[in-house]
Amino acid sequence: MSFYEQMMNLDRRWVYLIIGIVVVITAIVPFDVPLYVTPEVQSVYDFVESLNSGDILMIGVDYAPEAMAELHPMMYAITRQAFKRDVKLLLCCLHQNGPGMVEQVISQVSKEYNKVNGMDYVYLGYKPYPAITILAMGQNFRIPFPEDYYGTPLDSLTMMRSITNYDNVRAILNISAGSSTEYWINYANGRYNALLAIGVTGVMTSDYYPFLQSRQIFGLIGGMKGAAEYEYLAEKDGYISKKKDQLSAYKSMPIQTTTHVVVILFIVIGNIGYFMSKKKNS
Amino acid sequence: MRKTLPFAIVTGVGFFMLVQYFVPREEFEIIYEWSLDWIIVIGCFAMLLGLWSLTMASIHKVQRKTPGWGYSVIALIGLIFMLIVGLYPGQASLVKGSIFMLFFEYIYIPIQATMFSLLAFYIASAAYRAFRARTILATILLVSALIIMLRLVPLGPLSSVNQWLANFILTVPNMAAKRAFWIGVGLGATATALKIMLGIERTYMGRD
Repeated sequence: MSFYEQMMNLDRRWVYLIIGIVVVITAIVPFDVPLYVTPEVQSVYDFVESLNSGDILMIGVDYAPEAMAELHPMMYAITRQAFKRDVKLLLCCLHQNGPGMVEQVISQVSKEYNKVNGMDYVYLGYKPYPAITILAMGQNFRIPFPEDYYGTPLDSLTMMRSITNYDNVRAILNISAGSSTEYWINYANGRYNALLAIGVTGVMTSDYYPFLQSRQIFGLIGGMKGAAEYEYLAEKDGYISKKKDQLSAYKSMPIQTTTHVVVILFIVIGNIGYFMSKKKNS
Repeated sequence: MRKTLPFAIVTGVGFFMLVQYFVPREEFEIIYEWSLDWIIVIGCFAMLLGLWSLTMASIHKVQRKTPGWGYSVIALIGLIFMLIVGLYPGQASLVKGSIFMLFFEYIYIPIQATMFSLLAFYIASAAYRAFRARTILATILLVSALIIMLRLVPLGPLSSVNQWLANFILTVPNMAAKRAFWIGVGLGATATALKIMLGIERTYMGRD
C-alpha cells in the first residue's frame, strides 16, 4: 500500500486514539474560545430579560441524560436568569427519561435563589404522548396534569390559581432532544398561538431554521455552542458566575472546538490521499 | 361488524377532529377536551401493552437461551427493581435523594452519557471515511460540512467571513431544502389521514 493509500485508509483505532488524546489534553489544559453570539440566541436571552417580576415562563423539558451535555447548561442558565429576575416558572416534561433532568435542575437552582415550589415555580411532571399532552395543555393544564410532579393537586398551588392554559404564560421555551419540538411548533404555536422559542441539540439545529424565519419560533439555541453563547450573555450580566462552576457549556467549548479541528484535519488528510493516489494511478 | 365498527369510529372521530378545528363553539370545545382525556387514557393502556410485550419478549429470550439472553435478564432485573423503587413509597420516590433518583443519577445518567460520548469517536471515524470529494455533489457536501464545522473554530479575522458563510448555508440552501421536506411531510400526512378516514387505508385493522 502506497503512502497516499495509507493516508486514505488509516486504521480507525488511530482516529479513536487521537480524538481521545485531544479530548483529554484539552480538558486538562483549558483555554477560552472566542464566541460570536448569534441573533437567534440573543433573541431568547433578550426575551427573558424583558420579562417582569411575576411573569410566567413555561419550560418544556424534553430530553434525557444522553443530551444533557448540550441541553442541561442552557436549562441551568435560563432557570438562573429567570429566578434572579423573579420570573415564575412552569415546567413540564414530555420525555420518559426527562423527569429526573428537571428535578436535578429545579431542586438545585430553587435552593440557590430561595424559590418555593408552588409559589415561584410549579413542576407539572411527565406525561406520555407529546402531541396529545400539548393539545390538552392548550385547553387547560389540569387535563393532562391534575396534580404536579410531587402529587399536589394543581388547584391547591398558589401559582396555579391564575393559570389555566397557554394564554396565561408569556412564552414557552422548549428544550428538546427529540421530535416533541415539532409538536410544540404545530400545536402550541400553530393551534394556540403561544409564543415559542426552542433549545435543541446540535444535530437538530439546522432542521428548525425554517420555523425561525417564518416566526413560528422567536429564538433558537442550538447545541453546546448555543448554550455557551447563552452562558456568555448570562455571565456578562451577572446571572451566573465563573467561580461557581456555572459555565459548563462555555468551558466545554474548547473540547468541542479542538475535536472539530481534528475531524477536519482527518477529512483533509483523507482527501489529499484520495487525490494524490488518483493522480498517481492515472 | 368487525370491519365496519372500527371504520365507523375512525371516520366519525377523524371528521369530528377535523371539523371542530374550524368551529369555535363551546359544545365542540367540551367534546374536544373530553376526547383529549380519552386519548391520554388509551395511551396509558398502550404503555401497559408495551411493558407486557417487553417482559414477555425478554422472558422468551431467557427461556430459549437465544444469543444475548443475558442482556434480557439484566433488562428484567432493571425493570422490576426500578418499578419497585419507583412505586414505593409513592410520590416520595421521585424527589432528590430517593433510591429511585439515586439510581437514575448515578447509574442511568452515566450509562447514557458514556453511550453518547462514544458517538464522538464513531462520527470522527465515519467523517474521515465518508467525506471524500469523489463527485461534484460530494464536494459541495464536503465544503458545506467544513464551513459549518469551522464556525466553532476561532479563525481570527476569517471568523466573521466563515460565520457569514455558515449562516448563509443554514438560512438559505438548508432552509429551502428543509421547507420543501416539511411541506412534503405535511401533504403526505394529510393524504394518509384522508385515506384512513375514507376507508381507503385499512392496515390499522390488521391483515384482514
